[in-house]
Amino acid sequence: MNRSTFLRWGLALATSLSPCFLAAAPPAERIVILATTTSTQDSGLLDELLPLFEKQTGYQVKTIAVGSGQAIAMGKRGEADVLLVHSPEAEKALVAEGSGVNRRIVMHNDFILVGPAADPAGIAKHTAAESFQRIAATKSLFLSRGDNSGTHAQELKLWKAAGIPFEGQTWYQQTGQGMGQTLAIATEKKAYTLSDRGTYLALRKKLGLPILHEGDPALRNVYHVIEVNPARFPKANAAGARAFADFMVSKPVQARIKEFGISLYGSPLFFPDAEVPKLDAGRS
Amino acid sequence: MDLIWEGLRKALELLLRMDPEVLRITLLSLQVSGLATLLSVLLGLGLAVLVALNEFPGKRLVIALMNTGMGLPPVVVGLFVTVLLWRNGPFGFLGILYTPAAIILAQCVIATPIIAGLGLAALQHLPPGLRLQILALGATRTQLVWLLLKEARLPLLAAVMAGFGGVISEVGASIMVGGNLKGSTRVLTTATVMETSRGNFDVAFALSFILLVLAFSVNALLTHLQQRSQRR
Repeated sequence: MNRSTFLRWGLALATSLSPCFLAAAPPAERIVILATTTSTQDSGLLDELLPLFEKQTGYQVKTIAVGSGQAIAMGKRGEADVLLVHSPEAEKALVAEGSGVNRRIVMHNDFILVGPAADPAGIAKHTAAESFQRIAATKSLFLSRGDNSGTHAQELKLWKAAGIPFEGQTWYQQTGQGMGQTLAIATEKKAYTLSDRGTYLALRKKLGLPILHEGDPALRNVYHVIEVNPARFPKANAAGARAFADFMVSKPVQARIKEFGISLYGSPLFFPDAEVPKLDAGRS
Repeated sequence: MDLIWEGLRKALELLLRMDPEVLRITLLSLQVSGLATLLSVLLGLGLAVLVALNEFPGKRLVIALMNTGMGLPPVVVGLFVTVLLWRNGPFGFLGILYTPAAIILAQCVIATPIIAGLGLAALQHLPPGLRLQILALGATRTQLVWLLLKEARLPLLAAVMAGFGGVISEVGASIMVGGNLKGSTRVLTTATVMETSRGNFDVAFALSFILLVLAFSVNALLTHLQQRSQRR
């Protein structure tokens, strides 16, 4: 290959790769960084709501979908503008510590215990605490998310409430992955696991895991929106964060949340809560 | 098994239908990884030439570091680049976190040592007398470098392919520094991870097939260049 052919190829390649996408970035004050849990993205809820928000307000949302643990850690460092998360204990700590402000309830669904249809531990028709005790007593395989997510935090709380030493037990395994992956692994390994209802419903057809336990008040899964404290993090987009939080609790959006998933899954995935903030009272 | 066929069918369907989202993701993957590879070729080959043509104390250590760099885990690179680019971090003023530029940067860090390491091996493998011979014929330093690169073009193009293969296939860094943002930083690998966790295995397989076809096309092109130069 001579030099001119090489240059010609190089030129052609460079032109086809011309980075038109590098120029089109909107100014920083139009960008809102939303740190949220995987369940809001994996269920498709954000895909439905965000275009609406962007159209209404002109903001561009950058959704970083991670576990609640990481989302809250990003809030703590001022690396996000607004959080949509479901880990009440960690959220309260964040607000108490001064990194988050204006924590408002958005919606809830609930956690469910799923497992093999044969239900070797016989957990159906028991309370959540009893179910966990039976799983431990029969040494049935239990899969934990193990990723500091809201679901993981809830699961740890339930083990604690059941008074069971679970760490290091052979029947207790951590996947370290998201809810969808963990449910898939639970199907393959015929294991019990705790799931949020939204992700479960979205994946139900692909899983061989019936719901074995549901409805216990201890299994409530509440989502809050929290703005990052602009007084502490001057680089945070306070106006954009407020606009997004207001949007999430606004009447039309709450109505959309109520409808979301019915056509696809036969039942709603989330229940709007912004109208009735007292639901959150007394919950730790 | 049926899922794989379903995925293949879905891939064809998405491509035939010219699905705009899939086309955008595919094009972005090609642009981002292509640019990252181009930059890495400049940096990596430059480094390889510098190290190959110069004798200096600690040269072996530098080579060992370059070779170690070939195995840099993308997720480690992603973590470092993310923390450095955080808006409250040292390079936050750039404002490029969660943009394609951040992915290009991270992929450069991944591909440069690969191209430098393999490029250095290619240059060192040339007959030792060749350099003296070229210089004896009165070549300038630039001419010397050009002739050496030309002489080693076969393994050098292999190095470029290894670099491109390393970045087009990585997901750990892209998802961390890019954020898998729809319409902006979603590339084939991060979209595959997301669709898998959503349980859309057919779409995930479809994206995988598109990624494989893309990687094959680029490598076929480079192989064509490589083998054509071989014939002369």
